[in-house]
Amino acid sequence: MEAADLFAALAIGFAAGMAGGLVGVGGGVLFVPGLVIFLGLSQLEGEATSLLAIVGVAAVGAWRQRSYGNLRLKDGLIIGALSPVGVVVGTVLANALSERVLELSFAAVQLAFAYRLAVRALGRRDEVASAG
Amino acid sequence: MSSRLARLAAIATAAGAFSGLFGVGGGTIIVPLLILWFSYGEREATGTSLAAIAVIAAMAAGAHALYGNVDPLAALLIGVPAVGGIVVGTTLQQRIPERAVAGAFAVLLVGSAITLVL
Repeated sequence: MEAADLFAALAIGFAAGMAGGLVGVGGGVLFVPGLVIFLGLSQLEGEATSLLAIVGVAAVGAWRQRSYGNLRLKDGLIIGALSPVGVVVGTVLANALSERVLELSFAAVQLAFAYRLAVRALGRRDEVASAG
Repeated sequence: MSSRLARLAAIATAAGAFSGLFGVGGGTIIVPLLILWFSYGEREATGTSLAAIAVIAAMAAGAHALYGNVDPLAALLIGVPAVGGIVVGTTLQQRIPERAVAGAFAVLLVGSAITLVL
């Protein structure tokens, strides 16, 4: 491993964590390419290893948000605990529909969410957080 | 089952399906649904999403580890700076308006949708 690759992996990790903290996602979208391109993992190893990194990052992020009063722990744990049901549903869907149909369906759902959130972002006055 | 629990189960199912199909955490599904469906504030949605993601990722990483696909050293190399990043990111998030968080998330969703289509 060259020093430049190591530095790039560290930088991508930091950027993924910061973006994750801002918008509440785990950072896997950046972790996976970082692990594959700069640390030489295969795509499968990259996805699996990304998930392990996400555990620590998301837990620390949730803990920080708790100190700001922004964590509803019970709801979060219920969603997490019931998610395996979705994995099964996803597997059934993957066998029933083509991957392309699934990709386009999820993309359409995300664009619909994006529209609704953009309306919120542009149309609403908002207070700046008083947290510190 | 109460309707609230049923809706949380629906979010969990959608997030789990998305996570399993596309190899990501599921936050892009959890955050908008908590905001649009449960009337969560943007910051509350992101904080609660992170707790759910920690559980989802722990189960998925455990399953992958059984097959020997997890590289703990690489996870540390990318995860330790990310922990620093998320402390900075969550701190920064408290200092911007919630509608800026909603706007940033809308941009993330468009980017994710483009990635799925391509």
